[in-house]
Amino acid sequence: MGFEQFGIVSFTSATKAEQFVEFLKSNELRGTVCLDCGAKFFPPRTDCCYCLSDRMDWFTISGEGRLVSFTTAMFAPAGFEKDVPYTLGVAEFADGTKVFGRVDRSIPQEQIKVGMAMKTRAVDLGEGRLTYELVAA
Amino acid sequence: MRRVAVIGVGQSTFVRSYPGSIRELAFEAYRDAMKDANLKPNQIDASVVCSAPEYDKQRTPAGLMAEYLGLNPQPTFYVESVCSSSSSGLRTAYALIASGLHDVVMVLGFQKMSEITSAESQERMGRGADIQWEAPFGTMMPAYYAMYARGHFEKYGTTEEDLALIRVKSSTYGVINDRAVFRKALQLEKIMEPKYIATPLKVFDCCANADGSSCVVLAAEEKAKDLVAKPVRIAGLGMATAPINMAARQTFSGLTCAQLAAKQAYEMAGITAADVDVAEVHDCFTIAEMMAYEDLGFAKPGEGPLLIRNKETYKEGKIPVNVDGGLLSKGHPIGATGGSQIRTIVLQLRGEAGEMQVPGAKIGLVHNIGGVGIYGNVSIFSAV
Ligand SMILES: [Zn+2]
Repeated sequence: MGFEQFGIVSFTSATKAEQFVEFLKSNELRGTVCLDCGAKFFPPRTDCCYCLSDRMDWFTISGEGRLVSFTTAMFAPAGFEKDVPYTLGVAEFADGTKVFGRVDRSIPQEQIKVGMAMKTRAVDLGEGRLTYELVAA
Repeated sequence: MRRVAVIGVGQSTFVRSYPGSIRELAFEAYRDAMKDANLKPNQIDASVVCSAPEYDKQRTPAGLMAEYLGLNPQPTFYVESVCSSSSSGLRTAYALIASGLHDVVMVLGFQKMSEITSAESQERMGRGADIQWEAPFGTMMPAYYAMYARGHFEKYGTTEEDLALIRVKSSTYGVINDRAVFRKALQLEKIMEPKYIATPLKVFDCCANADGSSCVVLAAEEKAKDLVAKPVRIAGLGMATAPINMAARQTFSGLTCAQLAAKQAYEMAGITAADVDVAEVHDCFTIAEMMAYEDLGFAKPGEGPLLIRNKETYKEGKIPVNVDGGLLSKGHPIGATGGSQIRTIVLQLRGEAGEMQVPGAKIGLVHNIGGVGIYGNVSIFSAV
């Protein structure tokens, strides 16, 4: 099993970055950092577009981020209908790394605000599927 | 490089569900443009065919269209940048002519979205973003643009009512555009009903899927003058791109691809935003038109809401925008949209826009965005 385990519906069967899913199993959200030029990437990538290196290491997204923007979807694309409504957001962390994902649905909608402190959490979707979400810090 | 002019424009009426196949839909715009340019098929040296894939089952549609339109054995090929496909087609055709390779090139855009359901369509559009890292969360175009709306609201204090005013304007002109899918006047109260699609965007903040086709015929300007009475010059072209992944975006209050494309187009045309007499902008959502005001320099960053509150983008205003109803009222048949915008501007510059005419328009601009600001095309046209 590899990358097809990622997300509510997966559209990609394989990636060289599939170790990402293994890290989620231990509740770690990881990006990659280029060993040659130091560029950091989230989502992770296995090729550096700045120096063309393929020597990458993993780093963990940690600490508190701030919610940059969000939306609550009242309709969904095919395959996600049963999830409605759900909130999507982008959070920015101290090192400038931005993370896009779902926002914890237990947060009351009126409490979700741009600028609120967020952290990330791995989510076990069952049947071997994993994802991550943004939760209040 | 040789100068390039538009010598013919056409579009089908945009409808919710076209009762025919894609080739027949395409022929409607083609016939319209060929009659406009008074051309025969053997006078077209090459064609560029534009659509977004996966709405219909046809693979390699350029080959199909060339045959059905009577354009064999001339060269043809497919150009795609989702919602800005036919503006990317214009850029391609321009290069084919400016280089001297061809004299007359046709850009055909089409989309038959009604072949699939609305939820399937949202899924296709969602996959017009990053399928590896974002689509697994259940992404769709309204949600992405909604995050930009939230970004604009937070940074500048823009309100849902400001966005609603854009839809009021759109519906005003949709009423008088006989090629539009949505032709009812809308009052502010109706638009403000809290029927959210993706907060803060409501149902009337979103354009409708539609079936439609568009066709633009270009020629080397020296030949254009022999072919038609009123060629319209392509004065400037700009195109830029931005990261497909939201996590790589620098800002959620404007589209950097549009800002860069506008700068290039203004420089090439030797004009500034203040010189534009009439504009067509990519209002797939009301927030997209709001950001376009600022990205194109019609308003300073954060001052877009003032333009619409003061009705400066109405036909009588300082800078008329989308006086054909825009995507919000015309409908948005993905691959056909750019060509339809170009048609509107060409008719304006020829003084043939009827009830929608901006008096004395000499310089027109088309802003056509693909995906959520992945591709930005800005094209400037001038009366010759
Ligand atoms: Zn590097």
